[in-house]
Amino acid sequence: MTTTPSADTVPTAAALALGDDALVLSHRLGEWAGHAPVLEEEVALANIALDLLGQARVLLSMAGDEDELAFLREERAFRNLQLVEQPGGDFAHTIARQLYFSVYQHLLYDRLASGDGPFAPLAGKAVKEAAYHRDHAEQWTLRLGDGTDESHTRMQRAVDALWRFTGEMFQPVEGIDGIDWPRLESVWREAVEDVLGRATLTVPDGPRSGAWRAGAGRQGLHTEPFGRMLAEMQHLHRSHPGATW
Amino acid sequence: MATAAARDTAGSPTAFDAPAGPVGTEAFQRAFDAAVAADERIEPRDWMPDAYRATLVRQIAQHAHSEIIGMQPEANWITRAPSLRRKAILMAKVQDEAGHGLYLYSAAETLGVSRDELLDKLHAGRQKYSSIFNYPTLAWADVGAIGWLVDGAAITNQVPLCRCSYGPYARAMVRICKEESFHQRQGYELLLALSKGTPEQHAMAQDAVDRWWWPSLMMFGPPDDESQHSAQSMAWKIKRHSNDELRQRFVDICVPQAESLGLTLPDPDLRWNEERGHHDFGAIDWSEFWDVLKGNGPCNEERLSRRRTAHEEGAWVREAAAAHAAKHSNDTTGATRA
Repeated sequence: MTTTPSADTVPTAAALALGDDALVLSHRLGEWAGHAPVLEEEVALANIALDLLGQARVLLSMAGDEDELAFLREERAFRNLQLVEQPGGDFAHTIARQLYFSVYQHLLYDRLASGDGPFAPLAGKAVKEAAYHRDHAEQWTLRLGDGTDESHTRMQRAVDALWRFTGEMFQPVEGIDGIDWPRLESVWREAVEDVLGRATLTVPDGPRSGAWRAGAGRQGLHTEPFGRMLAEMQHLHRSHPGATW
Repeated sequence: MATAAARDTAGSPTAFDAPAGPVGTEAFQRAFDAAVAADERIEPRDWMPDAYRATLVRQIAQHAHSEIIGMQPEANWITRAPSLRRKAILMAKVQDEAGHGLYLYSAAETLGVSRDELLDKLHAGRQKYSSIFNYPTLAWADVGAIGWLVDGAAITNQVPLCRCSYGPYARAMVRICKEESFHQRQGYELLLALSKGTPEQHAMAQDAVDRWWWPSLMMFGPPDDESQHSAQSMAWKIKRHSNDELRQRFVDICVPQAESLGLTLPDPDLRWNEERGHHDFGAIDWSEFWDVLKGNGPCNEERLSRRRTAHEEGAWVREAAAAHAAKHSNDTTGATRA
């Protein structure tokens, strides 16, 4: 399916891809509620989760009914990046995941916002949120990377562990036109390398995709923890078919 | 901790007319009493009796701790919320609670204690939090019951605190009460949707109200004749109404709301008393209240242990932030905003 976005054609595949990224990462951040290392981070992580959930609701509504799409699809039908479904791990893993994604989302939405495609209005609002998320992730990468020996070790482990999921972000998303993906990738890499360098961290040198080929999440091929995440997320909704909440 | 007197020697401005002469004398006590009697606000740099300071620290800390522990029973449902709209509302609410905790710890800090010190006391079980949060959230409807009943009781308790004699606490309460009443309406609306929904949803709502009603009434504290801090707190205008007065007000508010929700309150003795102009209600099981307060409620152990774990597991993050800030204290380029 190759669609040219126009006013009356919502590129469903693209809305799902971007919407699922936001939905799933929001859910993962929501798991931190009550567990954050400091009260200010309870507020910040919930704030970012809420921004992402707001984006997800707009995007999923472009593709259909937000609740049907969130609660009644099985994991093979989700189009999110494998990166965002990774469990939170320790705070460093959460920050590394957030750094990789928010830099990507900020760059992508910045480009979408300046275009005239169907995602421009959403991206125009969301790019401001993404800039804030990116700043938050960068500041914490610096604090953890260039903090204590322990935090440095943990942060390095986290950026290494998630590196293999980052290649997927630059596979062209069906239904999004006008993005120079290779260029987006090099700008992303430059930005991330700059932050990691200032954080006294080593840029990982492993492959940027895992056993799955890059782009697998966008094809509905996910990692094992994702199914359990969905089971928890969807259980109540599925237990009461047709109910309104 | 610096003594009250030491803080006042700088000749700082006061909300009430500080007398001449050495700080802490009877003249100061009289000026303080006069300020309280005239409904003036006591501010952080004013002289105040040590017992007034200690009572406020105890109460504000307990209030702050309740916001923080109170995140847990609701956060328990964030990952399972049944619609994206409800999930957003719940996340926003839990976030607000963390924010309320921050306001309240700040208010407590104006009295010369630190947030870290208060958190340590919470973790060591030496300061309390509201006993209501030791009850489990067993179903989605509990999120609504907490909003309607628990936040409703909190608001009934807290609105008078907006006029409390200690300025920083009163001002924190103004901000908190605005957000709390919003949460309370959202909880009511959640229960209404369930009550008018499928039979299963209605039953879920009724079951939640059945489980949360009595614990909510206990939130007002022991009966007036058993409340050890009440008389002094009322004299200081920290407290404006007695526990039993506020409890009665809450019951009178809830009865018609339960009717419009289409739900019943689990009290066979609940009925309108024309003579008193209030609802009579059944006896509260105070043995349960004291048990929960002593740490033997359904979730006391889990709540405290979760809080301690979050704090302990976060230690390396806080140490990293401090180390980074120390290394970069002379930077001019950000990254030091720990």
